[in-house]
Amino acid sequence: MPFIPHTKDDVIEMLAAIGADDIGALFDEIPAELLIESLDRMPVGLSEMDITRLMHVRAARDGTPLCFIGAGAYEHHIPTVVWDISTRGEFYSAYTPYQAEASQGTLQTIYEYQTMMTGLTALDVSNASMYDGASSLAEAALMAVRCNRKKDSGCILLAPGVNPTYEKVAVAIAGRQRITFERLPMDETTGNVGGDLDDSADPVAVVIQQPSFFGTLEDVDRLTNWAHQQGALVIAIVNPTSLALLKAPGHWGEDGADIACGEGQPLGVPLSSGGPYFGFMTCKKKYVRQMPGRIVGRTTDLDNQPGYALTLQAREQHIRRSKATSNICTNQGLMVTAATIYLSLLGFDGLAQVARRSQQNVTRLAGRLTAIEGVERLFEGPHFHELVLRLDRPVAAVLDALAHRDILGGYNLAEFYPELGNALLICATETKTEADIDAYATALAEIFENGSRRSA
Amino acid sequence: MEKLIFEKSRTGRRAFAQSPGESEDINIPESFLRVDRPQLPEASELQVVRHFTRLSQMNFSIDTQFYPLGSCTMKYNPRACNALAMLPGFAGRHPLGPVSHGQGFLNCMFELQEMLKDVTGMQGVSLTPMAGAQGELAGISMICAYHDARGDHERNEIIVPDAAHGTNPATATMCGCDVRELPTGSDGDINIEALKAMVGPKTAGIMLTNPSTLGVFERRIIEVAKIVHGAGGLLYYDGANLNAIIGKVRPGDMGFDVIHMNLHKTFSTPHGGGGPGSGAIGVGDRLLPFMPIPVVAAATIDGKTTYDWLTEDDLPQSIGRLSGFMGNAGVLLRAYVYMRMVGREGMHRLAEYATLNANYLQVRLRDAGFELAFPDRRASHEFIITLKRDAKTFDLTAMDVAKALLDHNYHAPTTYFPLLVDECLLIEPTETESKETLDGFVAAMIAIATEAREKGVSFKEAPYKMPVRRLDDVKAARQLDLAYRPDKRL
Repeated sequence: MPFIPHTKDDVIEMLAAIGADDIGALFDEIPAELLIESLDRMPVGLSEMDITRLMHVRAARDGTPLCFIGAGAYEHHIPTVVWDISTRGEFYSAYTPYQAEASQGTLQTIYEYQTMMTGLTALDVSNASMYDGASSLAEAALMAVRCNRKKDSGCILLAPGVNPTYEKVAVAIAGRQRITFERLPMDETTGNVGGDLDDSADPVAVVIQQPSFFGTLEDVDRLTNWAHQQGALVIAIVNPTSLALLKAPGHWGEDGADIACGEGQPLGVPLSSGGPYFGFMTCKKKYVRQMPGRIVGRTTDLDNQPGYALTLQAREQHIRRSKATSNICTNQGLMVTAATIYLSLLGFDGLAQVARRSQQNVTRLAGRLTAIEGVERLFEGPHFHELVLRLDRPVAAVLDALAHRDILGGYNLAEFYPELGNALLICATETKTEADIDAYATALAEIFENGSRRSA
Repeated sequence: MEKLIFEKSRTGRRAFAQSPGESEDINIPESFLRVDRPQLPEASELQVVRHFTRLSQMNFSIDTQFYPLGSCTMKYNPRACNALAMLPGFAGRHPLGPVSHGQGFLNCMFELQEMLKDVTGMQGVSLTPMAGAQGELAGISMICAYHDARGDHERNEIIVPDAAHGTNPATATMCGCDVRELPTGSDGDINIEALKAMVGPKTAGIMLTNPSTLGVFERRIIEVAKIVHGAGGLLYYDGANLNAIIGKVRPGDMGFDVIHMNLHKTFSTPHGGGGPGSGAIGVGDRLLPFMPIPVVAAATIDGKTTYDWLTEDDLPQSIGRLSGFMGNAGVLLRAYVYMRMVGREGMHRLAEYATLNANYLQVRLRDAGFELAFPDRRASHEFIITLKRDAKTFDLTAMDVAKALLDHNYHAPTTYFPLLVDECLLIEPTETESKETLDGFVAAMIAIATEAREKGVSFKEAPYKMPVRRLDDVKAARQLDLAYRPDKRL
């Protein structure tokens, strides 16, 4: 048995102290008909050596393809230090810092994280993180409803560039609380909010994603002012890497966004098939008491020395129960630790270099790919580190052919945006070299050439 | 205390090895760009390593201390689970990558679903909920969707025992339900007569933890299931205490329709300083169509098995997606590795040795003069002692004992939860602790009690040996300082 330390003598002594004949006797309050003899389908246990071999085989089967997919999760270089330190047992195997005096390491790390996130988003306060980017939008929407009691429409307006999966998740999490999500119309040439803005929806909040799901850049100032004129709150969904370059939500329009949220994964968290990641959330100070999730504050101890503790816990489920701001209990502590170390190593200048290099790489990649006949840019206007291409043939088959060459060529927009035709969302971060970009362009050119020959 | 990383910063200092290098000009118009320079650290790589290593050393953790935190199952997190989940093929896999480049990962996920079905006695498993509370949200949403699908729209009441975790009523509220609080009897079982009076045509379901948060097994669970099902409601199992019965009793056999499992408790994925968790759910037949997506499916053709996602098209009645991709996949991999190592022959021993440790500790503490909250009951994998006598006679509260234990190098048990028991400590030793560790903890408890009872020592100002003394929580909430600003405090 792998992790039970008891010797036979231990068991005998312990049972004697308890006054039980055997371990089975300790389960005598459970109705006998419920006790099972054995499990049916569990495989027998493996030694560490055997499971190691199995997992190496399976990991190798998934390979390490050249990845140009973004769409909400981004491959960035993760400094070795990040996970070397994050997986120190003192971080990895600690629990929620309820005993503050014995958890100052975790608490100070979160306080530093909160400081960094408020700085990046140019807002006043940050919580200690949410589950992921998508669920952070659901929580931000619920929070906006609590903050904006004057409005009872329950309507949250989403810019067309809001990640469509985020909307689905927000509906699944918040939809039973009389909140509806509606989309603003899209301008077909830019992918951004289009046309004259309609004032009839009376929204509680307007959600703006910058950069958009298509990688494009919205006129966030105009949208923010428009939302505020209608008495709506502004929820910003932002990519933290991009904030080293782009205007921070707190500086959008005249008054700034009210709440910022998004996916923290780009800050040192591995792609890992979608998680664990972390969602971040920051807001203006006046809304802090409606914020969900854990928050760390700096205070003093009996010797008047500084120290850190969880605070404003009266918002939370373990105190407020059915009247809490959310049922959330967890924050993604380990991921936040990683992100705090990541941002400490990169600093603002390092993060800006990552952002610029990524932006430049996707521009280069698009230049190479659109040189192929049958490939063109779909949207006009500036972009961050993703952009949309339109192909002259179905995207799925092209992506399959690329995958056969161990190249993951991007994200097929057909599922969510069939109206865009054969649209492909590509991403290139700072991890991509000239050779990588060349490999993609060469492979795509060959696929297009072979495909044309076949169809001719 | 350690200075903040910002206070150690020097303008112009960098961890240069982490720089991707300068790039040419970017083609973004100025109106989109930020002009301010947010406060981020400027430090060398060594400074960062030293800073966070020193911070880590201010934490208690399972790897360094006994951590008998009730209801949290702080067992040893095997190192192999982390190392294997971080293999490049897994850690580097993009969530939207094609299934052709995910068969290894999906194979693990499919087998994890099957193993979890087996240990819970449920018919289907979805791995996507990212924490226990999100598993609860999924479960109650499914219960609501089930009633809705039957046109049974009046059922909006969720019954929750008064001893339940706070997430239970908070979840019911998030799902738009009303909460009915069910009283607990003096023996620790729920009050059956009160339950009978409470159920009716508005009952959507009941949320139970079994063994309960009081550390005892709900003995009349079969009758409870009959009453709730008889009234047309469904039963939700909060898996917080699954470690107490794993491999011995299955929630599906008790009559539960839906369950969430805390993989970070029962299956030993790391608690990580407060997360990530993972709240996979299991369902019985009635709720199968409503499971959150994606779910992993297997198809075998000509002897070759391939794995794929089930999505909206396959489960049109699904309550939908709860995460951007498929939940905390890396946590699921760690749980998979753990379960494969424990195996069929080991699973029931988790519950047995966790229960042995809890009952041993309970008896030792009782014999040392501590009052048990439920002296006539077996401990499950955890138990409660109450300091109400000591608080009255010697002014020794549960908080005092908790803080004094820190100075003895033990993490405190859970304090003041469940809310039903005054001055309580909820103690869960887990199966991975040795008898010597438990004996050492008893000795510390005796030492603290003896000092208070016989020498009149006060622990109001404990702890003394931690990096900080007792912190001013009131000040933390009143004078909010939530981010470092050299110029002003926010």
